Amino acid sequence: MLVRSTSISKQAFEAGTGWQLKPEGACRGEVCIPLSQPVGETIDVARVAKDIGMPLVAEPAHGLWALGPASVNSRALASAQAPELTLPDLDGKPFRLSSLLGKKVLLFAWAPY
Amino acid sequence: MWQALRAELHPKGFELVTVGLDTLGEAGCRAFIEAAKPGHPSLIDRYHVLADLFGVINIPSSVWIDEQGMIVRPAEAAPAPPQPDGLGSRFSMPTELPQRFHEIRAEAMKIRKDAAGYHAALRDWVEHGAKSRFALSPQEVVDRSRPRDDARARGHAHFALASQLEIDGHHDAAVKHFREAHRLVPESWTFRRQAWSLKPVGDGPLARFWQGPDPAAPGDWPYAGDWLADIRESGAENYSEPWRP
Repeated sequence: MLVRSTSISKQAFEAGTGWQLKPEGACRGEVCIPLSQPVGETIDVARVAKDIGMPLVAEPAHGLWALGPASVNSRALASAQAPELTLPDLDGKPFRLSSLLGKKVLLFAWAPY
Repeated sequence: MWQALRAELHPKGFELVTVGLDTLGEAGCRAFIEAAKPGHPSLIDRYHVLADLFGVINIPSSVWIDEQGMIVRPAEAAPAPPQPDGLGSRFSMPTELPQRFHEIRAEAMKIRKDAAGYHAALRDWVEHGAKSRFALSPQEVVDRSRPRDDARARGHAHFALASQLEIDGHHDAAVKHFREAHRLVPESWTFRRQAWSLKPVGDGPLARFWQGPDPAAPGDWPYAGDWLADIRESGAENYSEPWRP
C-alpha cells in the first residue's frame, strides 16, 4: 500500500491493506494480531505496521512510503478467506470481487507483456 | 478458449474475472481487452495488488474462490488464454522478426502447460463444489500459498514504490526500487517482466516483449537479468511449478 504521509485515517489503512483494526487487534478473516496501543480514527502507519509485521519502505525524495504485505505464518495467505479486491475496469469503473459472492469465481492474472 | 469455457460454465453459477497486471494501466491493456471483447469482468491492476493479496508470481495464474468467498485453490499456474492480438499469433505469422523473438518463442514453447487437465479439474469443481477433489481445505490453501518472509514483504513494498515512481515519471528512481524488488523476491517473474517491459526496444506492439538490452546500447540496460537470459538460466520448464491436483 502506498502512502504520502505516515499518518493516515483508519479507514484508508483498512481499505489499503485488507486488515481491519478492531479492539482485539488487526484482523483478517479469523486471524487477529494484537496491537501495542489502541488505535483512533487517525493512525501512525509505522507503529501499526510494526505490530502487524508489515515492512515500511520510504522514498523520502519523492514524499512516498510503501507498506509491504503481512507475512503471517510465512505465507502469502494469512487465511483462506478471500480478501476484498477492488480494481477498475477499462473505463475506470471500480469492481468489487465481493459482488460475486454466491458464485464460483476464477480470478485470472495475465499481462500485456 | 476462456470465452468458450466461461460461456459453458456461467449458467452453472460460475464467473471468470480477468486481471491485467500492468503499471501502464488502461493504456497498456486496452488493445488486448478490446480484441478479446470479454463478457466477464475484466480488470486492471497497475500496482500488482494480486501479488500482495494472493501471492501471484507469474502469468498466467489463477485463484479459485467459492460461493462463500473462500479460496479453494491459491495462486497457481493456469493455461494461457488465446492471444488474438498478442505475441502467440504474431509469432505464427511468417513475418520478418528479429532473431531475439524467435529465441524467446523457442523458450516459451518449453513452458509446461496442461490445459486439458486444468480445464477438466475446473469443470469438476464447478459441478461438484466442495466435494470435488480439486477443492482444497482452508489449511491446504494457506499452506500451498507462496512462501513469504520479511525480505519478500519488503520486496513487495519496493515494487509498489517503483510502480508509483514510474507512473509519476521518475523513471530512474523507479529502476532503483524495481531492482530491490527483484533481489528480494527472486521467484517473481511478474516483478521482473513488468520492469523489463517498461524499457521497450524498437517500435510497435512487440517493443514491450523485447525485455532485454537494446543491441544499439547494451550498456544502458539497468537490470541484472533479462527475459531470455533468465528463462534460459532457470530452464523454461521451471517457469511455473507443475500443477498438482
